[in-house]
Amino acid sequence: MEIKFEVSRYNPEKDEGSYYQEFSFSIESDELEELTVLDSLIRLKEEKEGSLTFRHSCGHGSCGSCAMLIDGENRLACKTHLKDMVSGEGSRINISPLPGFPVIKDLVVDLESFFSHDRGVKPYLIGDAGSRAKEELQTPEELERIQEVTQCIMCGACTSSCPTYWDNKKYLGPAAFVRAFRWSEDSRDEGESERMDALDDKRGGVWGCNKIFNCTEACPKDIDTVGAIESLKRKALGF
Amino acid sequence: MKTVEHQLLIVGGGAAGLRAAIEAQEKIDDVAVISKVRTLRSHSVSAQGGIAASLANIEESEADNWKKHLNDTIEGGVDLVDRDAGEILTRNAGRNVIELEHMGVPFSRTDKGKLDQRPFGGHSMPRALYAADRTGHAIVYALYGENVRHETAFYDEYFVLDLMTGDNSVSGLVAYDIKTGELVVFRAGGIILATGGPSQAYELTSSGKASTGDGLGIALRNGIPLEDMEFIQFHPTGLKARGILITEAARGEGGYLRNDRGERFMKEYEPESVELAPRDRVVRGMQREINEGRGINGENYLHLDLTHLPEEKISQKLPTIRELSMNFAGIDPVERPIPVQPMAHYSMGGIPTDTRGRVQGKEEGVTWNNLYAAGEAACVSVHGANRLGTNSLQEAITFGKRAGRFAAESVRKNHAGDVDRTTVDKYESRLHSLLGGEGSVRCYELRDRLKQTMTGKCGVFRTRHDLEEALRQIHELKEDYSKLTVEDSGKKFNTELKTALELKNMLDYSEVIVEAALARKESRGSHFRTDFPERDDADWLVHSFIYRSSTGKLKRDYRPVSPGT
Ligand SMILES: Cc1cc2nc3c(=O)[nH]c(=O)nc-3n(C[C@H](O)[C@H](O)[C@H](O)COP(=O)(O)OP(=O)(O)OC[C@H]3O[C@@H](n4cnc5c(N)ncnc54)[C@H](O)[C@@H]3O)c2cc1C
Ligand code: FES
Repeated sequence: MEIKFEVSRYNPEKDEGSYYQEFSFSIESDELEELTVLDSLIRLKEEKEGSLTFRHSCGHGSCGSCAMLIDGENRLACKTHLKDMVSGEGSRINISPLPGFPVIKDLVVDLESFFSHDRGVKPYLIGDAGSRAKEELQTPEELERIQEVTQCIMCGACTSSCPTYWDNKKYLGPAAFVRAFRWSEDSRDEGESERMDALDDKRGGVWGCNKIFNCTEACPKDIDTVGAIESLKRKALGF
Repeated sequence: MKTVEHQLLIVGGGAAGLRAAIEAQEKIDDVAVISKVRTLRSHSVSAQGGIAASLANIEESEADNWKKHLNDTIEGGVDLVDRDAGEILTRNAGRNVIELEHMGVPFSRTDKGKLDQRPFGGHSMPRALYAADRTGHAIVYALYGENVRHETAFYDEYFVLDLMTGDNSVSGLVAYDIKTGELVVFRAGGIILATGGPSQAYELTSSGKASTGDGLGIALRNGIPLEDMEFIQFHPTGLKARGILITEAARGEGGYLRNDRGERFMKEYEPESVELAPRDRVVRGMQREINEGRGINGENYLHLDLTHLPEEKISQKLPTIRELSMNFAGIDPVERPIPVQPMAHYSMGGIPTDTRGRVQGKEEGVTWNNLYAAGEAACVSVHGANRLGTNSLQEAITFGKRAGRFAAESVRKNHAGDVDRTTVDKYESRLHSLLGGEGSVRCYELRDRLKQTMTGKCGVFRTRHDLEEALRQIHELKEDYSKLTVEDSGKKFNTELKTALELKNMLDYSEVIVEAALARKESRGSHFRTDFPERDDADWLVHSFIYRSSTGKLKRDYRPVSPGT
């Protein structure tokens, strides 16, 4: 069975801008069940086009390396199965880099500012770090409040899908907010007010969120990103 | 040539490197972490099951203490554990976990809010602290945050090529910036290698793509020995064909292994501990079932059965396993058993260090001045011939921290040495020739041949015949490496070039793994010789050291197991 991959290509040393290159990809029909988009890209690179460039590492959705725009949606390539994307012979899959970030090469984007926004919300436990010999207690219920948001793998899918971020690169974006929420909501943390300057900032802060929910849809870990942002808004208002 | 200078450089942003950086930052304020993948993408984020410490936090572990932990570790490691290192590990484990908790790791809790513990293979008590089944991710994210607070300098997506050395000391290293393709010289008063494990040399592995053992290759190129490399741990439960890890916690929580007849075959091999015997024994049990035709449908896999466990338990304690299994095998473990097979998982061996993390030289008793190693890349000998699950994260934390502390103390006295032009020139021309290469062999093809050799000839069951054949094949592969071609001739973000450079390291240390396996004429822990099936303490209760001598030949040497204090 033959599938067509349209992959966005950009070589900074040669090309003025990006363009799509079409690859035909033949697979056995029983492979359709098994292969992911990442498997396919790896095969294309290793068998056909050595210069095709993308990031990946763990291969199973835990390292956050392989987020890209697949048929118009931000997804992890390693967790996107061909069988969910193609209907049969001759089907096409379109693959582009994550939108909203500068492209370095082909599907690889520059995440420097994404990570600097993350650092801006102080993504660590703020509190009395005295020499306590015992663990600080935390009930399962308290843990449950942050369990979902601790799953964030910083893949960038959410922030890349956000129209506010497209227009305003100072906007910290949903990933940074989720991370701020993760720490502020931790029963052991006392840093809520320290983080508030960044979160309540007019250009960078939570007020840029228009509840479009693109980010929630894009999150490969099903994190309620907008829920986290709404909660931060309430905290900013002092509720 | 771009030159950067820091007091201390840490190569690797996994659990070991990040923990080292925090500790060093407490003493000096100029620490940099270099990583070929972005720090938060390091392989450590994939660790699932837990981190060991005898905290005695729950009823079933009330009677636990560090001595029991040490005994289990030594027994699991089949007596090849250095006692002094093992004692440091197990004595400090509790405190080190509490520190992680204080850094914000979202550990799972008991009803009373204490850190919960669960059983793990080879541990006589429930001793694993865990954060659902995302323990590695939880730890790395907290360590990373702590480094952000300490303003550690991060060089993400820089590939370290080699050290600049002289006289058993380092003055810096040569790396290339993957984004620009430019060589960069880093000068430093001290270096910690925390480059992770080598499992990518095998076909099926649970390790991330970055686990290509670069630090081991770098060590060999600088005349540093590798210790105990014959001990490669295979994990019993990799998701069929993918190698995605199904954590041992799945058996810790009560999962069974079954063969094609539906039998819990481990009862035959390990009547007492059954599925929770140390990994090497479970793997051999599984491999025998497969070799004797009792794999599922006669194929090379078996079943991990959780269907008798309550759904609630599976979704609460093993959520990632359920998700991975549904996602990558289309199987909900609540309803159907998961198809699994053994795969390469962990290397007990590595760059030899003393208990302060200092790298040991090729002459016994000689220690490098300001070169350290920690984590899976290192061999401080706490795992002996077989690591117990959850002990390696603890090792990465305990000895990462120690390496950070002692390295920081030593660099206060050192200062960055001179740039070693010859090393720089060598790599400049190597990159140049790889990129402009007219060769005929593709690096992916060569890499796959290496993986086949290592899996087929130096896997779970080993024989002299196979190992000799493996050596011959590796020598052939090394010759072919000189004919390598890199199709992508660009400088910027050339991931094919990166693979070619990794492959050089993989070939170098794979040869050492095979040499060490061929030399050890006994079976111990993860190293099983069908032609020498018995353990032989009279001749083999020793660590093996292999290094490349100045003539280019591999040399072997053996050192005693440290008795401790
Ligand atoms: C799937 C899986 C699950 C596991 N689960 C557990 C568990 O539950 N409990 C447990 O105790 N252990 C577990 N282990 C083992 C444990 O995860 C590893 O041993 C541990 O994470 C290794 O940490 P590290 O810091 O040494 O290396 P890594 O996390 O592998 O980090 C290596 C670092 O070095 C960098 N690096 C490597 N080469 C270069 C180079 N040339 N230039 C620049 N940077 C370089 C990489 O970018 C990376 O940052 C598991 C292992 C696997 C494979
Ligand atoms: S490769 Fe790690 S998330 Fe896809």
